[in-house]
Amino acid sequence: MKNRNYLLPVASIGVLALSLTACSGSTGGTASSGSAANTDCAAYSSYGKHDGKTVSVYSTIVDIEATNLEAAWAPFEKCTGITVKYEGSKEFETQIGVRAKAGNAPDVAIFPQPGLMADQARAGNLKEAPKAVSDLVDKNWSADWKKYGTVDGKFYTAPMLANVKGYVWYAPKTFKAKGWEVPKTWDEMLTLSKKIADDKAMKPWCAGFESGEATGWPGTDWIEDVVLRAEGPEVYDQWVSHQIPFNDAKIVKAFDKTGEILLNQGFVNGGFGDVRSILTTGFAQAGQPVLDGQCAMHHQANFQAANWPQGTVVAPEGDVWAFMTPPIDASRGESITGGGEMVGAYKDTPEVQAYLAYMASADFANNRVKLGGVISANKGLDPNNAQSELDKQSVKLLQDPKTVFRFDGSDLMPGAVGSNSFWKGIVTWINGTPSQQVADTIEASWPKS
Amino acid sequence: MEFIGGKLLQVVIALAVFAAIIGLIMLVVDKAPKSSRDKLTVIGFLAPAAILMLVGLVYPAIQTSFFAFTDAKGQPNGVDNFVWMFTQPEALVTLRNTIVWTVLVPLLSTGFGLAYAVFIDKARGEKVLKALVFMPMAISFVGAGIIWKLVYDYRGPGIEQTGVLNFLRVAMGMQPKQFLLDAPENTIFLIIVMVWIQTGFAMVVLSAAIKGVPTELVEAARLDGANPWQQFRNVTIPGIRGALVVVLTTITIATLKVFDIVRTMTAGNYDTSVVANEMYTQAFRAGEPGRGAALALVLFLLVLPIVVYNARVLRQQREIR
Repeated sequence: MKNRNYLLPVASIGVLALSLTACSGSTGGTASSGSAANTDCAAYSSYGKHDGKTVSVYSTIVDIEATNLEAAWAPFEKCTGITVKYEGSKEFETQIGVRAKAGNAPDVAIFPQPGLMADQARAGNLKEAPKAVSDLVDKNWSADWKKYGTVDGKFYTAPMLANVKGYVWYAPKTFKAKGWEVPKTWDEMLTLSKKIADDKAMKPWCAGFESGEATGWPGTDWIEDVVLRAEGPEVYDQWVSHQIPFNDAKIVKAFDKTGEILLNQGFVNGGFGDVRSILTTGFAQAGQPVLDGQCAMHHQANFQAANWPQGTVVAPEGDVWAFMTPPIDASRGESITGGGEMVGAYKDTPEVQAYLAYMASADFANNRVKLGGVISANKGLDPNNAQSELDKQSVKLLQDPKTVFRFDGSDLMPGAVGSNSFWKGIVTWINGTPSQQVADTIEASWPKS
Repeated sequence: MEFIGGKLLQVVIALAVFAAIIGLIMLVVDKAPKSSRDKLTVIGFLAPAAILMLVGLVYPAIQTSFFAFTDAKGQPNGVDNFVWMFTQPEALVTLRNTIVWTVLVPLLSTGFGLAYAVFIDKARGEKVLKALVFMPMAISFVGAGIIWKLVYDYRGPGIEQTGVLNFLRVAMGMQPKQFLLDAPENTIFLIIVMVWIQTGFAMVVLSAAIKGVPTELVEAARLDGANPWQQFRNVTIPGIRGALVVVLTTITIATLKVFDIVRTMTAGNYDTSVVANEMYTQAFRAGEPGRGAALALVLFLLVLPIVVYNARVLRQQREIR
């Protein structure tokens, strides 16, 4: 029995060793080489050589979009020697805060909402962007875009990709057959709606705001478009930054103006029922009746292109096409709302800085947009790299210096409003609560600071 | 494939580590001097579970209680969160709905379950009949929510209905109805989903309990001239009292915590929110962890007496036997 004494220490060491190996188990890196094999590295020399270094990147982007993203930075990886360890998660919005707090932040995070980024910057987690990135953003983006990456006067994040909201989708064939013209102003759009409604063949509009726990967000896009077009960018900025209250008369007026379409039983909801059926119609299916000839128009961002059934031709003469929600006050010129991602860093090592500079460059924008499905507001982007007619048009709109661009307001507002009470407010509004009362409730939910 | 292999390896390693730690504990306990061996055995086997409980349950519970008295920025704000909970109209709707849920779901599920168990007792094809009602138990709450959302689906008059119930309504010449939008009855339509799931559970437990009632008692009652209702009332019910309490309390606790059904079907909109759903919304969507924690605390206080009562009844039962 004596010789069993060695068992305990040996067993202890064994257990310790086992648990250590379990902890170091990696989840497997990504090998994204792709077309990098025949890349000309001369264009990437300015980023320097960082052999054996890794940069971890965390974002909301998953599936095919993630694959394309990784493909877009593959040449950068090959030429600089940096390995980009990418991780995409649908839980990003809640997880990024938790991870930062727990000391487990990624090197780089791609934020879908400036509000969320600002929280991280104010908490002292984000590093200020290096000068090289700041210069690139000055060169490649409008001042508005730079503002979205700036918190309390310090510049943190460069914009990455963009989407354009406020498109009105329609079937060109139907318009042609009925002799309808694409409206140039809001009033023309209302007149057209009335004409279609009187025609009785179809409802002028179809809409769907159902999106699980985020139900209501397509409605916030409507309100934002109307505020920007009716009141102009100054009021819009005051509204999203709470310099005027949410229940200001101008905002309530915008609700009422939107209601002229959305709350009009005669105008909605083609293919689905009455006004309230907007709430139970999924946003991705809501546009379908445009193709079936049950409604004429559908308000949704450029990414609606992906919601049409397979084989639908998106082109000016195709099955569906889109015009930008027209100006309300024509003298103000073209205004658009949209969204985009912002790239921010939790570390300021040389390899991270090199990566940030690449992501802010025109090279990245061109590489990524070439792969299709997305656009960017980067002025260095060649519009011809956009893969669809609509994307080309959107890029031109974004790059046009005359275009007034404003970021999606609900993404800029504090989370308590932008991703909670504003959505809920839209839901109760469609369900019959008067505009003033809805605006009052949302105003009451604005966090006291 | 490489990915699956990696995960598999992790699982194997994790299991090996677990087995090794247990083995080590056994070895340590075995090596201990005889005098303190009993104590060490108890500590050795309870410690892992106790530590996990402390880290995973007790510590978060204390932390949550602390959070309940702080505002959105983490500063102490006294009982403001509780004032909000009992004064704001939308928070009051949440509390009202939770009460309606906890009254109706246990009563209806247990009632239907009991009735069904009695009627199919010793019937032909009892097993099949039982399986039919028990099957919803196997569906997750989220799955059930999605299924019933399709059942309640709405299309306007004159448009082909996609929801079963509205299809039937239209076939009978009625107007289609927005089942999920009209408060307050929409809460009832959500409650139906929970009852649908829980009836199977109540039925199975009660059916087993009914079979446990001694046949001599039932026969004696019949010989004394008791009619079926009297037999049921005076013999069966007292015989299954313990099972009834367990079923009622278990379903009540499940109902107090209901989250998935509301989340998937209405996301708490249209005045259908309940405490658990509001807790999540406040803490993670609205950025008000204090309010979320306060709601969690209230939920805990509501569940506590039921758990205590449940435990007491179970202990009394054991003493009788």
